[in-house]
Amino acid sequence: MNIKKQLKEGLITQNPVLVQLLGMCSAMAISTSISNGLGMGVSVTIILTLSNIIIALLRKIIPNEVRIACYIVVIAGFVTIVDLMLQAFLPDIAASLGVFIPLIVVNCIILGRAEAFASKNTVAAAAVDGICQGIGYTVVLLIMCTVRELLGNGTLMGYQIMPESYTPALMMVLPVGGFICLGVLIAVMQWALNRPKKEKEGK
Amino acid sequence: MDLTGLFAISLGAILTNNFIFAQFLGICPFLGVSKKSDTAVGMGLAVTFVMGLASAFCYGVNIILVKLGLEYMQTVAFILVIASLVQFVEMFLKKAIPTLYTALGVYLPLITTNCAVLGVALLNVQNNYNFIESVVYGITGGLGFLLAIFLFANVRERVQFSDYPKSFEGFPIALVTAGLMALAFMGFSGLQVW
Repeated sequence: MNIKKQLKEGLITQNPVLVQLLGMCSAMAISTSISNGLGMGVSVTIILTLSNIIIALLRKIIPNEVRIACYIVVIAGFVTIVDLMLQAFLPDIAASLGVFIPLIVVNCIILGRAEAFASKNTVAAAAVDGICQGIGYTVVLLIMCTVRELLGNGTLMGYQIMPESYTPALMMVLPVGGFICLGVLIAVMQWALNRPKKEKEGK
Repeated sequence: MDLTGLFAISLGAILTNNFIFAQFLGICPFLGVSKKSDTAVGMGLAVTFVMGLASAFCYGVNIILVKLGLEYMQTVAFILVIASLVQFVEMFLKKAIPTLYTALGVYLPLITTNCAVLGVALLNVQNNYNFIESVVYGITGGLGFLLAIFLFANVRERVQFSDYPKSFEGFPIALVTAGLMALAFMGFSGLQVW
């Protein structure tokens, strides 16, 4: 088992949002406050892990032609479970995430991992992959939430952080902030990933 | 039928609450298929068509689910309806308009996982729209998508030839561009229908 390698892939080299460019809709839409980001990140991680496990279990039974439909049904089942759980136990977060919880069904991260990883690997590897990719997604969400909540609202987790005199840049909480924030993050990632290569070439 | 209400829904779906710039639905195809303006228009039209159909069908499915007391199965039922609709549209286009079929290529099946389509079905239920309102919302939402992706593809063709930092190449510069366009679309938010 190379958990360390998979974790590194999930967090950095194959980060679902910043490198594979999957699941951007939800990443931009709900990253306005840290509690939203945490709720979404954890939900996606749970669903991703569970559906990876089930799909890896069924990988030899599912016929190749209808595999996408099968994946979607498995994913939709788990999404419904998580949706109902959130509504029952965390109604505030469920209300602020709104339509984006059922929309996890069409979140490309989950379908993408099912197709690219879970359908070709053992159950244990698929479960680890689900957790690692989920963590990668959550970390990116939290970074975006922190930046947007701090600049757009002057708060973190609802506590006032910026001095009283700070005028919140409302733009950051609006859709504009989401696009630009994610754009800059991906740019930083590309810069960071390309740098070591250039050094090697130089040698 | 209340025409002003329908007009308000259309205006909202196309401009003030544009699916892409205000609600963040359907970003993946928006970024993926916007490199050339003609494929962007094809994609926009296909999405509009599927969104209209999906709104109509999901309205019917939802009535059945409510009657059976199975509302919690919405997500599963809707995604199945949409997946089979897309399959149907794909077969129809292959027979009837093969040129459009080849032009759309791999993006056609991908409409299934376009969150704008599932999103419109779920929003219809959330907003308690009746049948006509649902279909109008679906189609105008699709038109909003078409407008956004067409404008964006044109801007993107220009951006390719301009100077920007190396690390912004590809998606980052596209996202920043989209952000600025979202800012422009925010200007519509004052629009209201009395």
